[in-house]
Amino acid sequence: MSDKPKSESSTRRTFLRNGARVAAMTGLGALGGVLVNRSQAESWVWQIDPQKCLRCGNCATKCVLEQSAVKCVHAFAMCGYCNLCTGYFEPEPNALSTAAENQLCPTGAIKRTFVEDPYYEYKIDEKLCIGCAKCVEGCNRFGNGSLFLQIRHDRCVHCNECAIARTCPGDAFRRVPAKQPYLLKTTHAH
Amino acid sequence: MPTQSEKKKWEKGDKEYGTSNVGAPFHLFTFSLFRVSHALIVLLFLAWLPAFAEPRFPPPDFTETNHQIPTTTTPSARAEWLQYLDVAVLGAGLVVALWCIYKQRSRRGLFWLGIFSLAYFGFWRKGCVCAIGAPQNVILGLFDANYTVPLSVIAFFALPLIVALFAGRAFCAGVCPHGALQDLLLIKPVKVPAWLEHALGVLPFIFLGFGLSFAATGTGFPICRYDPIVPIFRLSGPGLLISLAILTLVLSLFVGRPYCRFLCPYGALLKLASLASKWRVRVTPDVCTQCQLCENSCPFGAMREPSAGNVEPKQLTSERRRFGWLLVLVPLLIAGGAWIGSALAVPVSKMNPTIELAERYINQQKSPANYGPMTPEALSLQRAEHDSEALLKSATDLRHRFWLSCVIFGGWVGLVLGVKLASLSLRTKRTDFEPDRGACFGCARCFRSCPQELVRIGRMPAGDLPQSPVAAAAKT
Ligand code: SF4
Ligand code: SF4
Ligand code: SF4
Ligand code: SF4
Ligand code: SF4
Repeated sequence: MSDKPKSESSTRRTFLRNGARVAAMTGLGALGGVLVNRSQAESWVWQIDPQKCLRCGNCATKCVLEQSAVKCVHAFAMCGYCNLCTGYFEPEPNALSTAAENQLCPTGAIKRTFVEDPYYEYKIDEKLCIGCAKCVEGCNRFGNGSLFLQIRHDRCVHCNECAIARTCPGDAFRRVPAKQPYLLKTTHAH
Repeated sequence: MPTQSEKKKWEKGDKEYGTSNVGAPFHLFTFSLFRVSHALIVLLFLAWLPAFAEPRFPPPDFTETNHQIPTTTTPSARAEWLQYLDVAVLGAGLVVALWCIYKQRSRRGLFWLGIFSLAYFGFWRKGCVCAIGAPQNVILGLFDANYTVPLSVIAFFALPLIVALFAGRAFCAGVCPHGALQDLLLIKPVKVPAWLEHALGVLPFIFLGFGLSFAATGTGFPICRYDPIVPIFRLSGPGLLISLAILTLVLSLFVGRPYCRFLCPYGALLKLASLASKWRVRVTPDVCTQCQLCENSCPFGAMREPSAGNVEPKQLTSERRRFGWLLVLVPLLIAGGAWIGSALAVPVSKMNPTIELAERYINQQKSPANYGPMTPEALSLQRAEHDSEALLKSATDLRHRFWLSCVIFGGWVGLVLGVKLASLSLRTKRTDFEPDRGACFGCARCFRSCPQELVRIGRMPAGDLPQSPVAAAAKT
């Protein structure tokens, strides 16, 4: 088309177009300037503040992943290694044994091993844990609160807006720097 | 002090657990606890109070076995440098797309670029980091000083737009995984009637306004939440969205890029940007002979015909007058939209979790509803009771912001409708068949429908060029 003489309306259009482009670039530049000033190079990921979690059970069902990215984790150093673990056993266990009907965990994800009299160690099998927080509730209400929920970053796909955060009754989710992506428990606020 | 002896008491209490046969299993903890002993609880509670952060059952030190206490594992988040890789891939993808559209004029190149983008941004990155959602992060970053937008997100927001300002929607052509997926699925495109195309074409702008006003109030990121393609990348998602995703996929088989054309909010921005673009996608870089062979080659309804000859001056004046009236209508539509927006602000604001909770809390004071114990509803109410003042204050603040953004959103919808109506009565003078700047995704499908192009690339001898019907008509 360049060989044809340009009509009046087409030059006017080009002029308008150039004007709009310059305006848009200026706008984008200004926007970028403001944001880059405030922004940080580091990326952010979602995490649960265990002190705010109310153990409602949403974490098991509301994640966008088939298998929730939230799992129970254990702060072993806080654990009392109790024989009657209120995170492990049903409130009315028939016996303090590893029989499934005595366990609180719906998937049998907690492994109980004897350490020395009278202490037992409890480990979470993350492949089985669904993040339902039943054990967390038991441990926090009656025990040391050493079991708590965390988003596991090897599973989480880092949604722009975490689907569980939206429904969390404890307002426990927040963005944390990806360099320190966990909010681990060290003390239990009863 | 809660000590070993208390722990023993617990273990003894376990006997009584067994006898207290309580029906409701979810209430067991609290209930059987009270059965065990009211007094014990009160005592224990009092004992705990001063020792706030002290463990109930002191962690043992394993004198016998020297057992090593394990540490909590912390699998790391994605490494920091990988986000720069994302930006680099985006930049490289845009360059390759531009090269394929303008230099190589190669559909095949764009096809493979699309496959790559689908694999990288789609199935590997699982659809998150994505330009489509980025406008929400940007606006939240503007309105909320506490929210920092990562640099990579700014890059994803800005780069495709800058490219569009100069050379059209190269991002859509082969870099966007959403577009690539729909494009690959297209097997039998049907033509969407013009009126429907125009009507549905305003949806992306409305969705954009909706997403931005929700993000600006910190209510959420609806563009991400209701994305009908991402569940496919993740192979999971809420049931409703999965059905929506399958519907979109099935639709993509027959309707060219349904999400891109009728919903994508970032596409709306790209469309605006491309309208001002310096260079444009052309069916042939040579002269258009108006043979009409490319007329139906675009499956996305982006091809425009040359404007029909000269218009009678009389008709032109009446058209000008109509355009004038429609322009006058625009402010009225904006005002109407803003008015409707302000009326809807209160009900819509309940989608914000804070406002919803405050509302429920107030209702609860009036007429208590019964939620099951340990349900999210009951637990959030407890939290509300705990700090009702702060909650109500922030809910009131939010409601003001919501009102404002609903008014702006309503006005925006009015503006979009008005501009759309007015633009429908605009006449564009076109001498050739050419893709519409805003609507063309730059997929390069139409190129090879043009005999000029086939001659240019040596697929057809120049002698076979068909005679243009227009030129033929001019001769007679
Ligand atoms: S949604 Fe919130 S309160 Fe419920 S279990 Fe998860 S973190 Fe805890
Ligand atoms: S009870 Fe629930 S949260 Fe605890 S380990 Fe089992 S599945 Fe995980
Ligand atoms: S950010 Fe997404 S993947 Fe991660 S826990 Fe939340 S909903 Fe699940
Ligand atoms: S219109 Fe939207 S979804 Fe479609 S290719 Fe462009 S950015 Fe992607
Ligand atoms: S390049 Fe051609 S076929 Fe592809 S979207 Fe643009 S006009 Fe349609």
